[in-house]
Order: sequence, then structure tokens, then C-alpha cells
Amino acid sequence: MSVDTSKVATSNRTDAATAKKPGPAGSLATWADDRLGLATAMKKNLRKVFPDHWSFMLGEIALWSFVVLLLTGVFLTLWFNPSMGHITYEGSYDQLRGVGMSESMASTLHISFDVRGGLLMRQMHHWAAAIFIASMMVHLLRVAFTGAYRKPRELNWVIGCILLLLGTLEGFTGYSLPDDLLSGTGVRAADGFLKATPVVGTYMSFLLFGGEFPGESIIPRLYIIHVLLIPGILLALIAAHMLLLVYHKHTQWPGPGRTEQNVVGYPMLPVYAAKAGGFFFMVFGVIALMGGLMSINPVWKFGPYDPTKVTAGSQPDWYMGWPDGLLRIMPSHMESVIFGYTISWNVLIPILLVPPLMLVILMLLPFIEGWITGDKRDHHLLQRPRNAPTRTAVMVALMTFYGLAWAAGGNDIIAIKLHLSINQITYFMRIAIFLGPLLAFWITRRWCISLQRHDNEKLLHGYETGIITRSPEGQYAERHLPISETAAYTLTARERDEIHAVGGDTDAAGVAAPNSRSEKLRARLSSWMYRHNVQKPTRAELEEAHHHAEHEAELQSGLDHPADGHQFDDHRLRDTDEVPLRDH
Amino acid sequence: MSNDDNRPVNGPDGTPEPYSDETGADSHVPAHRAAEPIADPGLPAHTWRPTDVDPKAERRAERQIAAMFIAAMVFSVLFVVAYFSFEVGDDWDTFAGMGASTLALGTTLGITLLLIGTGIIHLARKLMADVEIVEMRHPAASPPEDREATVEALNTGLDEAGIGRRPLVRNTMLGAVGLLGLPAVVVLRDLAPGNALDIGKLAHTIWEPGMRLVRDVVGTPILASEIEMGDLINAAPEAMFPSEENGYPELHGAEEQAEKAKGAIIIVRMDPDDIIPLEGREKWTVDGIICYSKICTHVGCPISLYERTTHHVLCPCHQSTFDLADHAKVVFGPAARPLPQLPLAVDDEGYLVAQSDFTEPIGASYWEREKQ
Repeated sequence: MSVDTSKVATSNRTDAATAKKPGPAGSLATWADDRLGLATAMKKNLRKVFPDHWSFMLGEIALWSFVVLLLTGVFLTLWFNPSMGHITYEGSYDQLRGVGMSESMASTLHISFDVRGGLLMRQMHHWAAAIFIASMMVHLLRVAFTGAYRKPRELNWVIGCILLLLGTLEGFTGYSLPDDLLSGTGVRAADGFLKATPVVGTYMSFLLFGGEFPGESIIPRLYIIHVLLIPGILLALIAAHMLLLVYHKHTQWPGPGRTEQNVVGYPMLPVYAAKAGGFFFMVFGVIALMGGLMSINPVWKFGPYDPTKVTAGSQPDWYMGWPDGLLRIMPSHMESVIFGYTISWNVLIPILLVPPLMLVILMLLPFIEGWITGDKRDHHLLQRPRNAPTRTAVMVALMTFYGLAWAAGGNDIIAIKLHLSINQITYFMRIAIFLGPLLAFWITRRWCISLQRHDNEKLLHGYETGIITRSPEGQYAERHLPISETAAYTLTARERDEIHAVGGDTDAAGVAAPNSRSEKLRARLSSWMYRHNVQKPTRAELEEAHHHAEHEAELQSGLDHPADGHQFDDHRLRDTDEVPLRDH
Repeated sequence: MSNDDNRPVNGPDGTPEPYSDETGADSHVPAHRAAEPIADPGLPAHTWRPTDVDPKAERRAERQIAAMFIAAMVFSVLFVVAYFSFEVGDDWDTFAGMGASTLALGTTLGITLLLIGTGIIHLARKLMADVEIVEMRHPAASPPEDREATVEALNTGLDEAGIGRRPLVRNTMLGAVGLLGLPAVVVLRDLAPGNALDIGKLAHTIWEPGMRLVRDVVGTPILASEIEMGDLINAAPEAMFPSEENGYPELHGAEEQAEKAKGAIIIVRMDPDDIIPLEGREKWTVDGIICYSKICTHVGCPISLYERTTHHVLCPCHQSTFDLADHAKVVFGPAARPLPQLPLAVDDEGYLVAQSDFTEPIGASYWEREKQ
């Protein structure tokens, strides 16, 4: 079959493809380069290679939803009035006409009911915020589960964790702005959290609120934090995150031809730029559909904030749910008075200590892992979660903790929807929050190790064909067939785990090792981390197994033609002259 | 971000060897992979897509992409049409419970964007070159000579500055810059200007002896006799509803909001025999009518959910539950302290009045609470 491939690029050059005569794009680039000197930097970056995998798209969702947040947010600021001045609502929404409320609430209602597209933008903004934080968290899990946070990307991991924290704070300040009953309740709880801070808490509350709660300052102050301070930092950190991504080059999955030394994929210009740019429109479009079709935060149903009122089923936005859940499952009477000063453990522990502690643990994960393994090499090949059972199990334990705390934050909703006792749910959660993560750790690790064993089975004995044969003696056996070379190579493209050994108490010169105690701890942890892992087979083991399989096949076949088993399935080898077309 | 080409990240045996001069010539299949159980078969051969080899398929893809872009233009126009044809404000039509304008704008905008996005991605997948290319990686660290030069420049610079040799200058400079933190902090003092920072206010509410309890929405005083057994009434201090008749001064803005936030109460009536009075509070109730602060002692939500058979009241925020028959002690949930009780009496006209302010600060705990 003759193929005209003249128009398909086959270049793998790393320098710019400078045409002899620059076209219009080239002329423009020349003009710009005369003034900006960008050619040196762009030479490599225009055709920078990005590897392809669906999971690399999760962070992109976060990036693009942030852009949607900026666009819709700017639209909202054109009408929103962040003032706590008290006015009587006279707008279009009948049920609240004549009701006293703050100007921020009134302008929110104005945007929702009297500005065309205003409600759409409000709902898109809120949905985009929910998606922003959700995609950051899923992206974080992807990075952790595949070991992408290992050297040299630890600092980018830390930046990512800070982005998650800032995104959450940005969300909280944002949904507080309309000054409706629900958000006002959240602000009052936040005031309670501030006041629970030892020593300076009361003053922090008074300074933030401009006096006693609720004051008339909190909404304008949250506003400037929401539209300037946090977005500014977010923007700067996202830029740093992306720059480091470009500098380190993206990680990739191991496979034939994909090594620690290279990166295989499509060039930034045109394929990756088109895919990523197209994906921006997709994210934007989905958010627009959600904003048009799905109601979110209907503040007109809650009414304006009144410090003496509250509704049943008060819930913060979903990403605030887990500290709220921890708060809910604290046992009663956790408060002490020491030297006449009050310490509210019931707030201090679930809000001011555990969430920051969890964040610190999260940020330290790559450093702790690096210290235990003693691995100083750069890592660019991703690991399958099963091939790092302890890390995967730690992450699942953390997820379980998060999930249980989050569910506890909805204990009232669960009680109502499932007709359960709220007290029993809470008692259950008080215990489950400790036992759940341990159980999840144990199950996950064993599960990973079983999957590793299964991989080795496939390598050594092939895959299960589902074909049952009966020998002349009447013995039934399932036929296994070898997996393809590509699949086999991909399965073995991982490193053998090395348990860190204690390097003796003295060094070569006979001087006592300075850190022998920490070395011992490290050796113990390393053994705890790796001891149960299944290592890939050696070449000898593979050959031995294959030899055995061939022998078995011979015994089993007894046919007049080679019984490779493929006559039963769809894995028959294609004729070599038949050029297969790519099917995706 | 400059790097030499062809510097392998790890040495052939997988150990860190970032600056080795031996550059693996055959970098696609490095030596250490060869020692693996299965040798790296190398990148699979490129296969052609139908659009690469079949002009018909290519033109079909072109037509599909152009159709998407044209449809996107149509939906953009529809967006504009929807903007001008659907009203908002008073006469917003509903469609399946949704405002017609919001619904139409959202769907047309969403579909426009999705069509553009799908078109571009389809273009990238079907018509742009799909040859995967290989780029070599470089260690994140700079080359050693760069590092040395930088350290040298740093040292030269520090040396020429001479700060290290002049501890007096260095220490006073650090002191001066460090002390700048003080103005930076102090300048924020007026976030709560003047006596707005008086935290003593947390210990007092607007309640005073003889002040009537009034219904929280309409502000009418409450006759002790009109409360039925099992009732829960949300109430407020009369001073929140100033009039010429009662003579309380007008409250405005932040002051009004703060007093409202602190003064809210709940009044319940139960069988007087059910009440277990705390020592010293025997005379705080009127015929089984008992009054507590409405503000939860946990983080300050207004409590609201009352169960008359058990006399329990539950905070909807974090489910702290208080037994109103037994000095509102905590029976469940994260709260630590009972709700403060307001001592009640009746005036000559039979209306409920406060005997005094609360005897302790209401609402969430704070550091200085016991000191006030």
C-alpha cells in the first residue's frame, strides 16, 4: 500500500525550523526578536515535548477553571457593592422587596435578577470555584499516587499544596461576600474560631471585624482579600508552578522508548497548544452549561444575614466540609481554664491544629519519602500506585481520614436522608476517624502487593486466556499465553526497591557515624516501607518460566499443528505485510 | 535555565551521576535497561491515521471541524438573540423552573464554547502532525562550573560589601530593618479604631434589670400568661425596638448589629416540676418559663431546633445539644458550656422582664472569658 506521507512532519530536531524565507509569522517573530530577544528562549520551547496521558489533564482543569474564575469574577465586580450599609431592598425579587439588608446582599440580588446574564455569571463563578478546588485535589492525588512529587519536583509539590490552601481560603472569602443568612452563619463560626485562638484570638477577631461581631467592616475587608490579595498570590504561584513544570519537563509513564533520560510526546506547537487551548474551551463550556442549568447558592432563598437566625442543615461549601466535620465530632465539654484563661480544645483541635497539621504532613510527604529511601536521583518516570504500596496506602489512609471527616461534616444531612440517628453517626465517626485510616492503610497495601504478584504472574506465566483444556488423563487446566513484548517490557520498567541498610556505626576511617541513631530509624522505616513489596522477576527467572511454559504447551498440544492458543482468541498475529492502521 | 544537551540524568547503572562526561550515545536504550529482565524494545513505529493516507477521510475531518466552528458561530448569535429576547427583572419567564434568560444564555454559551473546544481538539487529533517526538532531559541543577562561578560571585559580592567584617554596621542594619516590623504591626491597630477594640464589651449585653422581653420580629412584649406549655419563643431585648413609649435610644449600624447578635434569647415554658434549678437560680424562672441565650456556646450559631418532650435544643451548625430543663447543660455535641441563662421576672402589667443582664459572657469562648 503506497502512502503519501510528504505532508506529515517527521522532524525530531530540537532547534527551530527556520525557513529560508520567513513567512508573515516569521517576519513578525523577527520584528519582536529585534526588540525582545526571545528567540533564544523560544528556540526550544516552541516545540517543547509534552507527554500524553489522560491523568495529566487534571491539573489543566484546575488551571482553566481558574481562568474562568478570573473572567466571571471581573464581570461580577462591575455590579457588586461590598458594603454593609443597611438599605431596604426594592429590586425585582418580590419575596424580599421591602426587607432590610446590607448593600452587598442587595447588589447580589440585583446581579441575580436585574442584570441579564448576571445569575449565569454568578452561578458559573461558584461552579468554577467548586471545580477549581476539586480538580486541584484530584490532581494532587494523581501526583502523589504516581510518585511524581519525587526529586526534582518536591518544591512544585509544596507550591501545589499552598495553592490548594489559598484556593480554599479564596472560596471561603468568596461565598461570604453576598452577606446572606448561610454565609453570615459561616462568618460567625469563623469569628468563633478566631476567638478560640489562644492569647491573641479575641483581639484578632476584633481587629478583623473592626470591633465586635458583626460590625460593618468584614464584607469590604473580605472583598479586597478575595479580589486582590489572594488572587494575586494565586496568580504568582500558578505562574511559578507552570514555570517549574516547563523547566523540569513533564513526567511520563514508562514504556518502550520512554526512559528517565527522555520525554516522548507531542510538541507544544502545534499539537499540545491546540489540545490544551481546545480543552480550555471545553472546561469553559461545561462550566457555562452548569451555570445555566444547575442552581447553586440561591441566596434569595436564604434571605439576608440576621445574627439571630439560622436554618437547619447549614452547610459550608463542600471543600470546607472536612474541618467542619472534625468540629462536629469533638466530644462535649472539651474546654479548660488554665490560670484563669480559657482554652477551647473543642475548636482549637479540629480547626486550628489538625487542618494545618494535615497540610504540613502533605507538604512533607516527598521529603519524608526521600529521606527514608535515601534516593537522591532525579525521577521522571511515573510509578504505578501498586508499585509503591506503602506510599499508596499512606495516601489512601489520608483520603480515608479526609472522607470520614467530610462525611461527618454532613452528619445532619446523612441523618435526615437515611433516617439514622445523628448521635449514632457522630459516635461512629469519633471512632472511625482513627480506625478507618488504619484499616484503609492495611487493605490498600495488601491490595497493592497482590496486584504486584499478579503482574509477576503475567510476566512469568502469561495472561489467562479463559480457555480450559482437558488433558487425556482428564485433568482440566486453563491455558496461559505470553503477553506481548511491549506489555511485558512496560511491566518490568520499574526499579527494584532497595531496603536501606544501617551502614555500621563507624565509617571507613573508624570514626563513629554521626547520625547512627537516625540511620537506624531510617533503616527500620525503609524496611517497613519496602519489606513486603514484590520485586519484578530477574531475567533468569523469566527465561526459566518461559522455558517451562513451552514445555507445558508441547505436552498439552499433541496436535499436528503448532497450538499457540491464538486460534481460540482474537490475538492472532497479523501478517507482517498488512500495515495496521492506528485505531485511535 | 540553560543546560547542556545530552547530559543524562542518571548514570548507566541508575545511580546519580548528573555531570558525568560520558554521554550515553545510544540514549534511547540506555545500558542499564539492557541489564533488565526485558530489553527496551524502543519506541513503537509510527502508524498512519486514516486522515494521513486517505484524502477522503482528510476532507471528511475538515468538513467536520468546519461544521463545528460554523455551529459555534450560530450559537454565538443565538446567545445574542437570547440576551435581547428574554426578560429578566419582574417578568422573567420560567422554563422548567429556571429563568428563561439564564437558561438560554447558559446553554448557548456552553454549546458555543464546547463546539469551539471540540473543533480545535478534533483538528489537533485528526489533521495536525501526530508524530511523537523525543526530547532529552537535563538535570534540574546547573552545571558545576556555573555553580562555582555563582558561588564565587556571591562571595566576591559579600566580600566587597564588607558587611561580615563590620559587625556593628551589620547588627544595627538588621536591627533597623527588623524593627520595621513594629510600625507595620502597629499601623494595623486602627482596624478596630478607638474603643472598638474594647474586648470587655463581650462580657455585657444590652439586657438590664426590668427590660422587657419582646418577640424578635415584631417587637411586642410578651405576657407570661400567653405562653403555652411546650412553647419556644424567639425573643429579643425591648431596647432593640426603641420607641417614644419605651424610651430606649435609637441604635445604629454596627452597634445595633452587635447588640442584636448578643441579646437574642429563647423562652420556653415547661412543667415547673421538670426544671432542675441550679443553686442560686431558683428564682430565675416564672411559672416554668425559662429563658436562655440563643447564641451557642460553641462557635456562636443561633440555636433553634427544640424538642419539647425532652426539653432539648439543638444547634443546627454543629449539633451541640442542650437540656433546657437542666440549666441548658450540654448533653451532646462539641459545645463545652451550658447556654447562659437570663433571670426572669414579671412586671406589674404581667409582661416578662429581665432581672438583670446575663451573669456571664454569651456565645463562643474566648481567651479572656473567665477574667471578665
